[in-house]
Amino acid sequence: MMLEIDNLQVSYGAVRAVKGITLAVDQGQIVTLIGANGAGKSSTLRAISGITKASGGHIRFDGRDITALPAHAIVALGISQAPEGRMIFANLTARENLAMGAYLRRDAAEIDKDIDYVFAMFPKLKERIDQPGGKLSGGEQQMLAIARALLARPRLLLLDEPSLGIAPILVRTIFEKIVEINRELGTTILLVEQNARMALSVAQYAYVLETGTVRLHGPAAEIAVNDDIRRAYLGEH
Amino acid sequence: MSELLQQIINGVSMGSIYALIALGYTMVYGILRFINFAHGDVFMIGAFVGFFVAPLMVPLVGGSGLAAAVIIMLVSMAACALLGVTIEKLAYRPLRSRPKLTVLITAIGVSLFLEYGGQLVFGPDPKPFPALIPSTMIVNSSFLVLSSNSLVVIGTALGLMLLLRYIVFHTRMGTAMRAVSFDHRAASLMGINIDSVISFTFALGSALAAAAAILYGSIYPSINPLMGLFPGLKAFVAAVLGGIGNLYVAVIGGLIIGLLETLVTGYISPIYRDAISFAVLILILLFRPSGILGRHEAEKV
Ligand SMILES: Nc1ncnc2c1ncn2[C@@H]1O[C@H](COP(=O)(O)OP(=O)(O)O)[C@@H](O)[C@H]1O
Ligand SMILES: [Mg+2]
Repeated sequence: MMLEIDNLQVSYGAVRAVKGITLAVDQGQIVTLIGANGAGKSSTLRAISGITKASGGHIRFDGRDITALPAHAIVALGISQAPEGRMIFANLTARENLAMGAYLRRDAAEIDKDIDYVFAMFPKLKERIDQPGGKLSGGEQQMLAIARALLARPRLLLLDEPSLGIAPILVRTIFEKIVEINRELGTTILLVEQNARMALSVAQYAYVLETGTVRLHGPAAEIAVNDDIRRAYLGEH
Repeated sequence: MSELLQQIINGVSMGSIYALIALGYTMVYGILRFINFAHGDVFMIGAFVGFFVAPLMVPLVGGSGLAAAVIIMLVSMAACALLGVTIEKLAYRPLRSRPKLTVLITAIGVSLFLEYGGQLVFGPDPKPFPALIPSTMIVNSSFLVLSSNSLVVIGTALGLMLLLRYIVFHTRMGTAMRAVSFDHRAASLMGINIDSVISFTFALGSALAAAAAILYGSIYPSINPLMGLFPGLKAFVAAVLGGIGNLYVAVIGGLIIGLLETLVTGYISPIYRDAISFAVLILILLFRPSGILGRHEAEKV
């Protein structure tokens, strides 16, 4: 297993956001974490990246315990994230945002190649490359956030609600690109989504989170046809 | 007319010194959202480093002249960079997650420590600052007295500002500084080591304060452990004048304070030289206190 999370707990003061989650992500897969708002999905991703500290449990990457590592060291190990709310540097140009994605890399020529790659993936970004990040539309910011996370050349890419607040037509494109990243680059992806239908359609394996615990997990195809899940998350009766 | 020109030249050279100090306040504020009240005392230490290093230059490069001045300035900048980094590590870093007021009070404590530690180590009486920069008259007529001094001050300050601009806007570390100033968490998700960027920022700001001190010594060649107080406060006023956090605005603020105080000295009375900056500070406090106490930003989660 590439990523193993064992009994993870995350608290904000008295609020227990994640109450003992255990999950695993296998190399090369797309795994999705679905669940209602407030279920603890983002807290889990933030704990993996080390920007929120776990209050209990363990996170292992390639067998190595990364639970207590500082965020920048976790990036260095090969985990990058396009976080919830995108967290684009509004004061930096789109190009500088991408450069920050590649902050730990020194292979200038390879970075240029990767920038061309994300331009090919999101042509819109190329047009907006010299604009300040804050001037980009929501959809453009989302593309930039994903592109920026890719510039780290991660082995594990964490995506937190890439479909949130963007036009439906773009949602489809973004999900196509997620599959493309996984297939072409071989990047393992842990995808957090409220859009369960979309997420289950691209993932191989799924975890359903409910109030900080894993309610159910299994192959995405099975979860997608589970009656309880269809009622609760896919809006079917 | 000629007198005005004279005042403007003096004002700009004083102002560019304030601007160099103001940049340190602004950069630290941009990254940590707090006013480093010990910054003026780092400036003072810069002057003392210059004072003690200058005699060592005699056997080395002959004591005075350009080479000596440059070496003295660089040594003082390096020493203050180290001091700034150390202050941040020992005094501010342990309080990083505490309320800003706690850090502010600590900064005042560090300031007092340097001032009174300075009195203990260097003695409280003023010391003559060596004439590092040759002060030959370039123009000396009844119209205008223009010494090489003010040109060197303005030129050096301008050169340092351009260098700073290059670092902040065109290097990897500078881009990281801007990223951190926007959002620490987002920056750490990029693999940026926040602590290193903060250290770098303190080093940069403190080095500029040291350079300012060496230039200041060439205008007021008398130094003492409390000398950082007024230039520090004036530069602070300069930094908050246009809303703290923007490098260009800090430079303009410095120039405004320098010009204002020179014009007040020349046209009203030297008595008000220091008072004018504090009058400006009081006006800012009355009309835009948010510019000083930190913008009301939603607490980032
Ligand atoms: N910074 C925070 N401070 C306090 N409570 C938080 C914070 N972030 C999240 N929470 C709470 O933790 C719970 C889980 O939130 P989150 O991980 O964001 O869930 P999700 O991403 O699944 O919507 C929610 O009850 C939320 O209100
Ligand atoms: Mg969330």
